Amino acid sequence: MPNNIATVAYIIAAALFILSLSGLAHPKTSRRGNLFGIIGMLVALIATAFHLNASGWMMFLIALIPAAIIGATLASRVKMTEMPQLVAMLHSFVGAAAVLVGFATLLDPHAQLAGSELLIHNIEIYIGVCIGSITFTGSIIAFAKLHGMIGGKPLILPARHLLNIIVILITIVLGVMFTQAVGDHDMTKALWVLGIATVITGLLGVHMVMAIGGADMPVVVSMLNSYSGWAAAAAGFMLSNDLLIITGALVGSSGAILSYIMCRGMNRSFISVILGGFGAAEGTAVAVEGEHTEIKVDGTVDLIRNAKSIVIVPGYGMAVAQAQHTLSEIVKELEAAGTKVRFAIHPIAGRLPGHMNVLLAEANVSYDIVLEMDEINEDFPETDLVLVIGANDIVNPSALDDPASPIAGMPVLEVWKAKDVIVMKRSMASGYAGIGNPLFVKENTKMLFGDAKKNVDAILTAYRTG
Amino acid sequence: MRIGIPKEIHPGERRVAGTPKTVKKLIEMGFEVVVEEEAGLAAEHHDEMYAQAGATLTDDVKALWSESDIILKVHSPQIHPTLGVHEADLIKEGGCLIGFIWPAQNQDILDKLNARKASVLAMDCVPRITRAQKVDALSAMANAAGYRAVIEAVNVYPRFLTGQSTAAGAIKPAKVLVIGAGVAGLAAIGAAKALGAIVRAFDTRLEVGDQVRSMGAEFLELDFKEDGSGSGGYAKVMSKEFIDAEMKLFAQQAMEVDIIITTALIPGKPAPLLITAGMVESMREGGVIVDLAAQQGGNCALTKADELVIHKGVRIVGYTDLPSRMAIQTSWLYASTLVNMLDEMGGAEHFTIDLDNEIIRGSLVCHHGETTWPPPEIPAPVVATSPDQPRAVETQTPSATQEPKRKSKALSSIIMLVAVIALFGLGRVAPSDFLDHFTVFVLACFVGWQVVWNVTPALHTPLMSVTNAISGIILIGGMFHLSGAPTAAITLLGTAAVFLAAINISGGFLVTRRMLSMFHK
Repeated sequence: MPNNIATVAYIIAAALFILSLSGLAHPKTSRRGNLFGIIGMLVALIATAFHLNASGWMMFLIALIPAAIIGATLASRVKMTEMPQLVAMLHSFVGAAAVLVGFATLLDPHAQLAGSELLIHNIEIYIGVCIGSITFTGSIIAFAKLHGMIGGKPLILPARHLLNIIVILITIVLGVMFTQAVGDHDMTKALWVLGIATVITGLLGVHMVMAIGGADMPVVVSMLNSYSGWAAAAAGFMLSNDLLIITGALVGSSGAILSYIMCRGMNRSFISVILGGFGAAEGTAVAVEGEHTEIKVDGTVDLIRNAKSIVIVPGYGMAVAQAQHTLSEIVKELEAAGTKVRFAIHPIAGRLPGHMNVLLAEANVSYDIVLEMDEINEDFPETDLVLVIGANDIVNPSALDDPASPIAGMPVLEVWKAKDVIVMKRSMASGYAGIGNPLFVKENTKMLFGDAKKNVDAILTAYRTG
Repeated sequence: MRIGIPKEIHPGERRVAGTPKTVKKLIEMGFEVVVEEEAGLAAEHHDEMYAQAGATLTDDVKALWSESDIILKVHSPQIHPTLGVHEADLIKEGGCLIGFIWPAQNQDILDKLNARKASVLAMDCVPRITRAQKVDALSAMANAAGYRAVIEAVNVYPRFLTGQSTAAGAIKPAKVLVIGAGVAGLAAIGAAKALGAIVRAFDTRLEVGDQVRSMGAEFLELDFKEDGSGSGGYAKVMSKEFIDAEMKLFAQQAMEVDIIITTALIPGKPAPLLITAGMVESMREGGVIVDLAAQQGGNCALTKADELVIHKGVRIVGYTDLPSRMAIQTSWLYASTLVNMLDEMGGAEHFTIDLDNEIIRGSLVCHHGETTWPPPEIPAPVVATSPDQPRAVETQTPSATQEPKRKSKALSSIIMLVAVIALFGLGRVAPSDFLDHFTVFVLACFVGWQVVWNVTPALHTPLMSVTNAISGIILIGGMFHLSGAPTAAITLLGTAAVFLAAINISGGFLVTRRMLSMFHK
């Protein structure tokens, strides 16, 4: 197939990818968006496959078929609560692929470049491999953290900033050595240098994600999402392939936007999240004083029965306890009884941007009643009852009224303005930010202790029988 | 301090400036209260009830006026029919009078009161500010008048107000037009609506449209843009073009509606003429007009104050004593605003006329022998123009939030500058082939940036998984290295890359599909 046809196919694929992302603007058009993505991918693959010779085809199918089956199995088996892990794992694959493509390109005997073109080409390979390596190891650590294989607590090494800077400097020095080695046609040395750089940047990725606390995971995952895009774009540069560049740039900016949105949700700068260690913020928060009021399931059901409008604020605790299905049943019962029920989603609730929405959608909750923080914050004063399920920092009033609090200035759901608030929690322990929550001792707040799933089940049973 | 409450002498007036309940409150505040015998009789408040509340009763009107420090009244002072003297002449020198005065129409009364060096607070001049609502006697009376206007209309309206489907045939609901959506107008809308009529309302002040709609009435608008909001929440005089358009609307409405209730007043001016004789004649027989502006000349050309006029089958109600017709409650409402006013002035112990208090200053029309009316102007209400309530998020002081913003702005412009310089530097050394790709890269970044901002936050997780799948496009990079010898290192690397990226593609797209299929309305 002539080259021009392939280029046209790539243009079509790129356009389809853009349409795919713009389709996600609304749940109605989103399924079509996904379809556009699939078609774009097929077009790109078929166009490229025409370059293959017979043995190439064989290798292609050997790699493609089992991989597609593995991917499909993963996709159909994964639980919605495990979505963050899956996403992190998939990021690591892109990172690893970028490293492999980088090495393969270096070894490619067909490249006949010289002078500044060769230099640029080598820099492209080097950058692509480094980004790929960071993405790979960073995503693996993120996966392990999200899957509970490593604790969520940030690992703070002494002089960690200095350590990072030293690693970056070494990477740059190695980069210079690499380009010189390739320029001298010393392939062995070049491979060695590139290998060392891969390991070192890999360590950087490990260290970077290890230093980030569990609550900051949404930022990390979206950041790695962004990196996987840049890695693809870098591969595009080294292969002079515009489709890779475009796609990589799309994914890269998408991840960057998500990181930015998450950071804004926490009122923290991107840099401070990346440098890691939540709780390192200066100042000591005012200690929370006062007695909390406990409530039992019966009392909760009474309040639910008497409320005309209810807002449910889910947090990661709901996902952990798998309480969303029962919750959805309760919502249906309440709606049938004429109660106005809505969900309020904080941008950083869960471990992945939009995580709560996916869980609620899985549980058959209509997206019409699942509202973003900005949409619902003004409605709390007119709300009779707020149910906070497994959320803590996102409903902490000290973010607004205590300048010394580590989360000061973070926008929160102002649930305390409602008539009554019931907080479902396992115990009085503090959230990921490790700070007390004055909400729990407010006069209109009642605490319902215990496992969220069991409590929600008990509420549903009591509501139905009573 | 002694408060005197005389019997109202205005013909037909049933209200009284103090009820047993409010008298009791005044005594609790430390005042001594003297009430004229039979003062509350027309409002069903008997002398013994006042005595029980702690008031002293007297039949000596002159002594009541001259020996009280404060006189509470409903109507402005007038010639006493049995004593033959003007009430204003009876007041104690330097005494205080609180009641409806209407200073614009009653210059002669102000002169008489000034001659006695009286301090006079006009309840009709209370400024329209939020803090003054508890002393807003006009609104309290207007509310009653608006309600009663509907009742009076219904009383002479020879039809049903509500629609009904009976076995004998269907009855259409009456159509009511309310002109002027102030307190009285809104009360009239509410009452007419409650009786089952179809209600429309018109007002020159566009800001009241929402209030009208909230009462369940249709807000009529002219095809003409001019807002009639004047100072202090009242309407202003409109341009001639506006009035022409307005009259056309009324003429058209007069032919359609059954009952018209007019409440249009402009402070200090005669009531505007809105319903001409021709319009009255165009109404259906049995139609009713209730003119709440009858005292100020009337909004209808055929209105006669205090009378029911029947003109070609249309009844025109011009009663000016509508609040007085519900004297038990309107007396109490009015007397309560007086109690609040006395409380605002410091009660019995700290009674002062504080000229810095804007409620007192606004209401004060005579003081130390001088006319102090009209008071300095109050700016127009701004409530309507700021719909956004201040949000609790903004707890930081503005200077604290703006400082870092300015810094970050400076920082970002420096970064931009560096980026531009770096770009030019790159352009000097880089081969054109690279620059072509770079162009594509930068443009794609911008496209991605624009497109992704439109993604609804609810779909951020599917966005991540779909971008994940798309970034599996790196598979193509692996494919370029597949065509060598199957055992060569480069081929194996390429195959491994294809393998990993393919997991991504199939896994990413399928899981996205799975998630998206769950999102439903």
